[in-house]
Amino acid sequence: MTTTDPYAPSRETTEGTVFSVTGGDWDSLVQEIGSTKEERVVVNMGPQHPSTHGVLRLVLELEGETVTEVRCGVGYLHTGIEKNMEYRNWTQGTTFVTRMDYLGPIFNETAYCLAIEKLLGITNDVPERASVIRVMMMELNRISSHMVALGTGALELGAITPMFFAFREREIVLDLFEMISGLRMNMAYIRPGGVQQDLPEGAIPKIRDAVSQMRKNFKDNTTLLVGNAIWLKRTQGIGYLDLAGATTLGITGPVLRSTGLPWDLRKVQPYCGYENYNFDVITADTCDVYGRFLIRMNELEQSLRIIEQALDKLEKLEGAPVMVLDKKIAWPAQLALGSDGLGNSLNHIREIMGTSMESLIHHFKLVTEGFHVPAGQVYQGVESARGELGAHVVSDGGTKPYRMHFREPSFNNLQATAAMSEGGMIADIIGAVASIDPVMGGVDR
Amino acid sequence: MFGAHGTGDTSGYGGLVRTAVSAGSSQRPYGGYFDDVADDLERAYPGFSDAIERVVVDRGELTLHVKREKLVEVALILRDVLKFEMCMGVSGVHYPENLGRELVAVYPLLSMTNNRRIRLEVSVPDSDAHIPSLVEVWAGNNWHERETFDMFGIIFDSHPGLTRILMPDDWAGHPQRKDYALGGVPIEYKGATVPAPDNRRSYK
Repeated sequence: MTTTDPYAPSRETTEGTVFSVTGGDWDSLVQEIGSTKEERVVVNMGPQHPSTHGVLRLVLELEGETVTEVRCGVGYLHTGIEKNMEYRNWTQGTTFVTRMDYLGPIFNETAYCLAIEKLLGITNDVPERASVIRVMMMELNRISSHMVALGTGALELGAITPMFFAFREREIVLDLFEMISGLRMNMAYIRPGGVQQDLPEGAIPKIRDAVSQMRKNFKDNTTLLVGNAIWLKRTQGIGYLDLAGATTLGITGPVLRSTGLPWDLRKVQPYCGYENYNFDVITADTCDVYGRFLIRMNELEQSLRIIEQALDKLEKLEGAPVMVLDKKIAWPAQLALGSDGLGNSLNHIREIMGTSMESLIHHFKLVTEGFHVPAGQVYQGVESARGELGAHVVSDGGTKPYRMHFREPSFNNLQATAAMSEGGMIADIIGAVASIDPVMGGVDR
Repeated sequence: MFGAHGTGDTSGYGGLVRTAVSAGSSQRPYGGYFDDVADDLERAYPGFSDAIERVVVDRGELTLHVKREKLVEVALILRDVLKFEMCMGVSGVHYPENLGRELVAVYPLLSMTNNRRIRLEVSVPDSDAHIPSLVEVWAGNNWHERETFDMFGIIFDSHPGLTRILMPDDWAGHPQRKDYALGGVPIEYKGATVPAPDNRRSYK
């Protein structure tokens, strides 16, 4: 050690010299590392790093710029959602699950609610209008989620403009979410038995406008990135994972479809009536980051197609119920959004407070105690933007889950980081992780 | 009407006893492709009756209860012969009242070839919470088994690196077990404290 750098002090350990970099003087750090005889360097990347997609920690073993080993460190965002839900009733659970994968809240809620409905045996009693609204919301959510995947993925590889375009489109979707549910994120909009409230007045024309606007806007990113020479160099042949690797690692979603297998739960094991919509399953056969990028780009158009078909159906189902008719399950108040963005059902309050004692008792019991779900267990998977999101729900017959477990696609798919990155260059780890599109809120739950 | 039994006490203090009942064995025919799965497995695996303790069909889902000693054998047959290429992870469940079978590991399996789903279930006593690891069969189970170990304390034997994954490395206890002590938050008002969630006034 020749100089002492106040920003990058070093100390000797049994494992070798450890450098802690706290400031910006990288030149002296590089000089110091260069003066050691060790070829192998272990770098800790994250959990606070702008391109690790949230609080993901990567421990990299490098030889020069070649990555010889990668290990992921997760758990920095663990919030104990599964445990917490055991102390809340079934309806309150939607408020928790919506916060897991915060870029795909509607998928979390739908998987959870479909599982409860399966346990209750009311899958076929959910009104059609509710199912169509669920499908429309999920596809809108897929667009907003893919937009973050594409925008941040490009940003992390050094392309800033695609991120501006992507977030512009995402904003359109979030505005629609706000109009429909009152909230931009973490909506808790899908409820056991249906949805929280019907679409507001004039929603369908607004969504139609947004769809045509987005269809026009998507071209901007397509022109920027598809076939772009720099983009191709950063993504083609990078993060390779073939079908055998994806299968044994349990990988689903765009990463699986980039190996050429058209596996999409919306097609093969439809739920919420997906069998009634026309859309294509997008695949690529390149097994690399570019293939996954193309899949996400093309899935946007498929989502728009589904949304348009859902809007057609909704027009025909105007005025139909959006919650099961069974009053023992359906949340009693059909909330209406007021001018302040919050809502209450004045008619319902009038009924329970002014006219019917029994209605008041019923309301009180259902809201405080909740409904009972017969004992048993089910597993329900939905195709989220990242892959198969599975809800394993165990009930003991009470008003609360006995055990909730979510099979999170981000959690599972992140295991592919090592297979995708080892043997490649350090700069390509960023592209590989971005193509998995992990959301740490979902990984750690 | 709302599930008030016994005393009819609906105050919420009615004594919280939560026992989970598991569905009994199902009889043939199981319905749908479940009979095919059972037939294929019996044909491909001679030790079927010895390894499978119970077959349960509930709510349109098939669950095979497997003895832990036979888990890896059954898993290999299911993967290679019955084409269940994917295991969607492990979910632990803790039934403290179910003496001798307190800890349960649940494995949802997916066959992409035949578009089928089944579920494996392995139960072990709390005093000997060892289950053979399935990482050799489905590599993707690696993190899921670490999570189940972290949360329930089930030890997956021959796992390549069974360490905590979500909780800090030096954490004591396994938080998702039912007997895990929950913390109450002390309130600074005349010494009153808010009890832990499992001791609060609550409905069954």
